[in-house]
Amino acid sequence: MAGDQCPPDQSRVLPQLSWCGIIEGSQRSPSKTVRHLTNVDKNQFFLQRYGLTERSLEQFLAAALSAGGDYADLYFEYLSSTALAVDESMVKSASQGTSAGCGVRVISGERTGYAYTDDLSPERILHAARTAALIASGPAKTPVVGFQQKAARSLYPIALPSVDAEISAKVELVMRADAAARSYDPRIKEVRASYSDELRNILVVGSDGTLAEDSQPLARMNVSCIAKTDGNSARGSSGGGGRVALDFFFGEKTPEYFAKESARQAILQLDAREAPAGEMEVVLGPGWPGVLLHEAIGHGLEADFNRKQTSAFAGLIGKRVASDKCTIVDNGTMPWRRGSLNVDDEGQPTQNTMLIEKGILKGYLSDKLSARLMGMSDTGNGRRESYEHIPMPRMTNTYMLAGEDDPQDIIHSVKNGIYAVNFGGGQVDITNGKFVFSASEAYLIEDGQITAPIKGATLIGNGPDVLTRVSMVGNDLRLDEGVGTCGKDGQAVPVGVGIPTVKVDRLTVGGTARKESGGFMQ
Amino acid sequence: MSTTQLETGNQKLATDLKELAQEIVRQAIAGGATAAECVIREGDEFSTLVRLGQVETLKESGSKSIGVRVFNGKRAASTYSSDFSRAGLDRMVKSALELSKITSEDPFAGIPEPGQLGSISGDLDLYSADVYSLPGEERISYARRAEKAALDADPRIKNSEGGSFDAATGHKIMANSHGFVGEYRRSYCSIAAIPIAQTEDGAMQRDYWFSVSRNLRQLESPEHVGKVAAQRTLRRLGARKLKTARVPVIFDPLVATSILGHIFEGVEGDSVYRGASFLAGKLGQKIAADQLTVIDDGTVKGGFGTSPFDGEGVPTRRTLVIENGVLKSYLLNTYTAKKLGLQTTGNASRGLAGTPGIGPGNYFLQPGTKTPQQIIGEIKEGLYVTEFLGHGANLVTGDYSRGASGLWISGGELAYPVEEITVAGNLKEMFFNISEIANDLEFRGAMASPTIRIDGLLVGGE
Repeated sequence: MAGDQCPPDQSRVLPQLSWCGIIEGSQRSPSKTVRHLTNVDKNQFFLQRYGLTERSLEQFLAAALSAGGDYADLYFEYLSSTALAVDESMVKSASQGTSAGCGVRVISGERTGYAYTDDLSPERILHAARTAALIASGPAKTPVVGFQQKAARSLYPIALPSVDAEISAKVELVMRADAAARSYDPRIKEVRASYSDELRNILVVGSDGTLAEDSQPLARMNVSCIAKTDGNSARGSSGGGGRVALDFFFGEKTPEYFAKESARQAILQLDAREAPAGEMEVVLGPGWPGVLLHEAIGHGLEADFNRKQTSAFAGLIGKRVASDKCTIVDNGTMPWRRGSLNVDDEGQPTQNTMLIEKGILKGYLSDKLSARLMGMSDTGNGRRESYEHIPMPRMTNTYMLAGEDDPQDIIHSVKNGIYAVNFGGGQVDITNGKFVFSASEAYLIEDGQITAPIKGATLIGNGPDVLTRVSMVGNDLRLDEGVGTCGKDGQAVPVGVGIPTVKVDRLTVGGTARKESGGFMQ
Repeated sequence: MSTTQLETGNQKLATDLKELAQEIVRQAIAGGATAAECVIREGDEFSTLVRLGQVETLKESGSKSIGVRVFNGKRAASTYSSDFSRAGLDRMVKSALELSKITSEDPFAGIPEPGQLGSISGDLDLYSADVYSLPGEERISYARRAEKAALDADPRIKNSEGGSFDAATGHKIMANSHGFVGEYRRSYCSIAAIPIAQTEDGAMQRDYWFSVSRNLRQLESPEHVGKVAAQRTLRRLGARKLKTARVPVIFDPLVATSILGHIFEGVEGDSVYRGASFLAGKLGQKIAADQLTVIDDGTVKGGFGTSPFDGEGVPTRRTLVIENGVLKSYLLNTYTAKKLGLQTTGNASRGLAGTPGIGPGNYFLQPGTKTPQQIIGEIKEGLYVTEFLGHGANLVTGDYSRGASGLWISGGELAYPVEEITVAGNLKEMFFNISEIANDLEFRGAMASPTIRIDGLLVGGE
């Protein structure tokens, strides 16, 4: 893993625009193994390890509400992780690490006070609680006595978390990926394969009596290739994973699977032609192209932007924002998925939330703060990158339900357009609704037939109306392989996306070739 | 003197962090490592956000973490931790030593030679304690004033994502088994405003402006920041789409810096040695227009990219990267320099764990003599880009395609705002097609560029 490329302290003071975007990026790097983790009763992890008691938790919350306020919570996090990578057929790097800390939040009306500590001694937590308390100014409030643990799902039960698994097995995974990519084609000259995993133990306690614990595994592999011929080169990338155990990569999705896919893309791109430019019909393949939904509508439906009236979707509940073929949900309850959570980072169980039903906008994604201020229910979407961060509404797994069209018919219906099946990522300006997503594997469609592969190109559109131009929806819904990392206000969280094959009647494609009537001119 | 509480059982002992870093290195060597490096990072942050006149968030905290990289001959591994207890530190070192048994022998692995290590002497003006000197109410007032200036600028600005004041300090300590030990502190503070403007038909636009500095004294006034943010936002109202066209494109300094960043990505040693860069193998060759000179200088007093030594303990320096369009030097750390048979340029960057990467010092495009207005004035029909959306650069092929918004240039004047367009070309040609470089170089981060003009790009729209 490469080191930080910019001083992290400067990025902390730069303005955090609500640039929201998703990247096919690796999860946050390194860490180390904790052996006893799995032997400890899950419910007692923080209490045992740091000598905390329910009584002390109540004391911390009381300190947080010592100057008043409507609500206070504590978020304890203990994160262990492993990362290793093969490069030039050598395992050049391996790293492990742990980090632990506690964030204290106090909400008073629309105001939030926040402080954190990476020292989990009672004195430091009390100090953080008193710092966060400064947001309020009034008589002290008393937190509810006696915590209530809500019955939570078990979406990712794992006997042996991968962070505790033998490192030799992880070395085998990246070495196998390297070999498979190189044997795919002699033109594959550079291969990098990485494996990373983490286990995040969290404990959330709130002044309303909330108590939630979770143990959240996350693992992924990634393979990137460069293909070279005389005077020509191209890249390919593939990866996947989820909240899975190590055996996932020895059974369901093997290193060879990701390696072949990465090598295939690189070889294909060697022959790619210039992409066309201008508005045209665009067919999206199933799976990861669901990044369209994440950018075009997902971020715009996060409750904080709508509460503040800064989203292009503000005030559109009950209105048509998509064609009647579009039904879109955000579902945090899918077993094993990268974007899934038993409880969100405010201790609220996740759910399957209807966002758009047959084209009509139905709801927003909320956290505790926005739910209370907007008088809506908490959808369990309050998430944060770590104990150093304030939670906010975020997506989990966002996807469009399958329609009735045959994917072949969708292709055949296009006279001149592109068929885009893989993307690098995207970004949205939630205020004016403009979004982009960058195709990394796409083809020309000419007279209903997929013809030549084209070079990568950015697609740009307007969130509130792009889905009104979805004229066909395939019966082949697929979710992505588990590669998405979403960034918002400088916080990264893992997410999933999905979509069936869909046809968008008009979207601007940012290629380098002028489009002429009846075809594309090179 | 930086001190920390080291917990050893019940007994607490104050220890200098430089001492601790050296001790961890000695411990790794005693445990069997042939070489070792230790990095410790401490940071504090304060932030306040005011929205529509009311405090929305206040955040204040600090954290500290430590990482170690060990070599077992030609095998490397690293670990990190936020646990500074004796047991936690022991576990970190032991894990790194164990991990170094499973990695591969890499003939080029290793820390710098003793003769390469060192630190620039003298005060580099990187730290000013005054970033934390404002009382709480004053900090809130800075944020509030910036937002108010934006809201007061025009009745069409009715909403806002807020005004903010942030401050942060960082302390970095590094030691290695060749006897290097060094430390430095850096500080930052900033003011920003993010107003939202709305037309009568309800269409909204948002933009921002900010001032960032290593000390409070040089920070621009909140009123200035708010006013510029308002101007930038207002000029976007009523944006139109464009017809697809090949026209001259002017990039303002913020977006030009992003394009200049692709040269950095193309000349950093990691992408060069593996042939993953369109600039690999081009040393000594013409890769850009004649007037293009690019410099990386990690030694500038007070610079955002300045440090006395790099991520491996090598002194930073000034490197001429491109001179009059000719590629003069790659930017390297120890590993990539060895791979290419060259010398490190002191550009190693690193987090707590993992192999060092490559980062910029103060990296910039040398300014020209014309003002941006003169350059715009010479264009009959063209595009002025003020914002990019998305990440559409392929360093391997040079293919470039980004979402963009900005203003249409007509008759040498900024005529009307445009949006939902793309700008596409190939980086290999784009750097040759930089036909104008303005005189408005200003650092707002480690990388900076003046306004530039590039010809031959295809602007995609309707």
